[in-house]
Amino acid sequence: MIDFVLLIVLLVAVWEVLHNFIGEHALSSPAETLSYLWTYVGQPAFWPNARASFLALGYAVAIAFVGGLAVGLPLGLYRGAGDVADPYLVALFAIPKITLYPVILLLFGLTLSAKVAFGAIHGFFPVALFAMSGVRSIPRTYLKSARAMGLSSFDTIRSVALPAALPEIVTGMRIGLASTILGTLIGEMFAGTEGLGFVLFKAIDRNNVPLIMALTLLLFVVSSSANALLLAIEHRLHRRVATDLGVTL
Amino acid sequence: MTLTAKRFAVLVLAVGSLEVLCRIGWIDRHTIVAPSEMAVRLWQLLASGSANDDILYTLGNAVAAIGLSIIIGFAAGAAIHALPRLRSILDPLLASYYAVPIFVFYPLLIVLFGINSIPLIIIGAMFGVVAMIVNTLTGLDRVPRALTKSARLLRLGRLQELYLVSLPAAGPHFVTGIKFSIIYSVIAVIAGEFILSARGIGFRVAFAYNSFDGRTMYALLLLLLATVSVVTLSLHAWEKSLHRRWGRE
Amino acid sequence: MTQRPATVPLASEKRGGTGTAEQHVKVEQVVKRFAPLAGGSEVHALGPVDLDLRRGEFFALVGPSGCGKSTLLDIIAGLTRPTAGEVTFEGRKVLGEPPEGLGMVLQEDASYPWLSVWDNVAFGLRRKSVSKQELVRRVDAALAFLDLNDFARAYPAQLSGGMRQRVCIGRTLVLRPRLILLDEPFGALDQQTRLLMGDELLRLWRETDATVLLITHSLDEAAVLADRVAVMSARPGRLIDIIETGWARDRTSEIVADPEFGRITAQLWSRLRSESLRAREQAERKR
Repeated sequence: MIDFVLLIVLLVAVWEVLHNFIGEHALSSPAETLSYLWTYVGQPAFWPNARASFLALGYAVAIAFVGGLAVGLPLGLYRGAGDVADPYLVALFAIPKITLYPVILLLFGLTLSAKVAFGAIHGFFPVALFAMSGVRSIPRTYLKSARAMGLSSFDTIRSVALPAALPEIVTGMRIGLASTILGTLIGEMFAGTEGLGFVLFKAIDRNNVPLIMALTLLLFVVSSSANALLLAIEHRLHRRVATDLGVTL
Repeated sequence: MTLTAKRFAVLVLAVGSLEVLCRIGWIDRHTIVAPSEMAVRLWQLLASGSANDDILYTLGNAVAAIGLSIIIGFAAGAAIHALPRLRSILDPLLASYYAVPIFVFYPLLIVLFGINSIPLIIIGAMFGVVAMIVNTLTGLDRVPRALTKSARLLRLGRLQELYLVSLPAAGPHFVTGIKFSIIYSVIAVIAGEFILSARGIGFRVAFAYNSFDGRTMYALLLLLLATVSVVTLSLHAWEKSLHRRWGRE
Repeated sequence: MTQRPATVPLASEKRGGTGTAEQHVKVEQVVKRFAPLAGGSEVHALGPVDLDLRRGEFFALVGPSGCGKSTLLDIIAGLTRPTAGEVTFEGRKVLGEPPEGLGMVLQEDASYPWLSVWDNVAFGLRRKSVSKQELVRRVDAALAFLDLNDFARAYPAQLSGGMRQRVCIGRTLVLRPRLILLDEPFGALDQQTRLLMGDELLRLWRETDATVLLITHSLDEAAVLADRVAVMSARPGRLIDIIETGWARDRTSEIVADPEFGRITAQLWSRLRSESLRAREQAERKR
């Protein structure tokens, strides 16, 4: 616990030093940023934008997670298909998605769908890749016994593959969530007429440094909290799986 | 059919379908351009050399960013590994680093350094460095105790032990770190060029999009896709072969 | 593995002669306590232990799990410092650093996966001041002795567990150690391989004239291989008995047929049984 406090202190200290070094026109101080954020959150303009962002994010996360699992789980189960698909997934994961942005705009226009699509493609690949990897590392005996019991593919996935691969799937979701948040944000920046990303974009345009910092801080806190929560779940799951396999950590 | 043949078949199938759909008009010419046209346009660009300046610019930025990521990432990773207290303080930061919308600092960097390579390289390095740090830490963690113990028994000094045993033992993880550093650095550099730059592939793509020059835009995306895929997949394959040769994990 | 290679100069130069019961290693009142883990109490793991190893003898140590055998070995090897007491090797105190002339083979596989078998064996020797020719000679000799010639260019990942252990033994061997410590080196291997490796070990011992200290949980193995076998109590480990086997130096695993072998193992088990029960109780109480 004390280490966490030390970390916060360290980060704020570094921030303050950079602020003094670089100057107010590029970086506002921690105190300034916090007070700006506090005021901003109270303003009437904030909540509609926040709501719009959350809506877009919600859709994007749903699509990324469901889509990622729908692709990743079967590919993990069917080794042959998985082997074939592996390099494609890795390559597509490596592409700077921002360059696909024009394509998405062409497909969807300046709409909510564009934002959602952009967010979703960011999150899809980590979820799919980790889900596939998670299923692949399931001990073969689990799947053999499922087949011996006559389970259909769907049932095997639902009651055997999914629970066994859960820790790694959650890792994929954690990374996918962070990516989706960033993706949706960038989507809002370019295709949005509302949302926090759009506000951020305007702030960058007008060089409203305190607002930029305030929004960044807000996004960081929200994102890392979600990350920390999923990480805690992940650790719990890893411990559980490990003891099930007879290994004590 | 061998694995490579299957993968090739999938590629042919995907590209072929896209080609057909474009040709028969199911996909609007203004939305997505037929793959054959993309290839032709790319060939034109490369042959005429008109894109060379941008290609070299992006390449230079990417290489510099990647180099910084790897060197700083490795050094920081090794240092953090040697200082457990520091590590436990920095741990949450490393885990949630990719939750920060790093690109918001890009405008700030431009204010500081101007519209040139420096902000791009810095943001590329910022994005890639943590991937290297995390993988360096994991690699050093996973050096089997038996190996370091045997080094001590052979009366190697601490530095010798690190250099001759720990580093080679952690090798595969360093390759993983390098792979992800490359991926993330390139994403950041291209994204930066896309958002605000006067040169580079990212800039060219944005320019082509804004000029409704679909063919050029897709040609460049194809170039990007091909290059990134080749580099990433080569590293991916090397990583796998190392794991196989060593028989561990 | 039946062909004997031509006699190779593996024995170290300093020979004490097997006739003299010269003190090679002296362990005096060694105690080891471990600092408490979060919320626990200090763990008295080992001792006090007194032990004298005669030069050139093959000494085995048996005891229940967790009794501190490995800890004792680590202390003798200089990898850990004792909380009390001291260890002397060839008249010099062993203090927190592995002394020169000592070799140790671990329980886990310590072969370096990024090096070939040849390079693995040569590894420790490269850092010593031997000429290139001498290095090549010694490595080749060790590989021949351990029957690994055909695999010199192979990598550990391509070898079986037993072969990898031989690579580790080879790496120790080329340094011509005068004292060889073995921490359950055959623990991970199947029974047949263990018996064969036992014969290998005896052959090694005879060729190198080294003093050997072997830790094993197999009573059979200890009874066959050793000149003397010590039984260690459950934690905190103390030596409760030392049995002399009286075997001839040129023994092989075939002495299992000797009725004396049965007597020795019976003796060992009678000492060990009560200690093993105590160790089990300790482990269960911890849970």
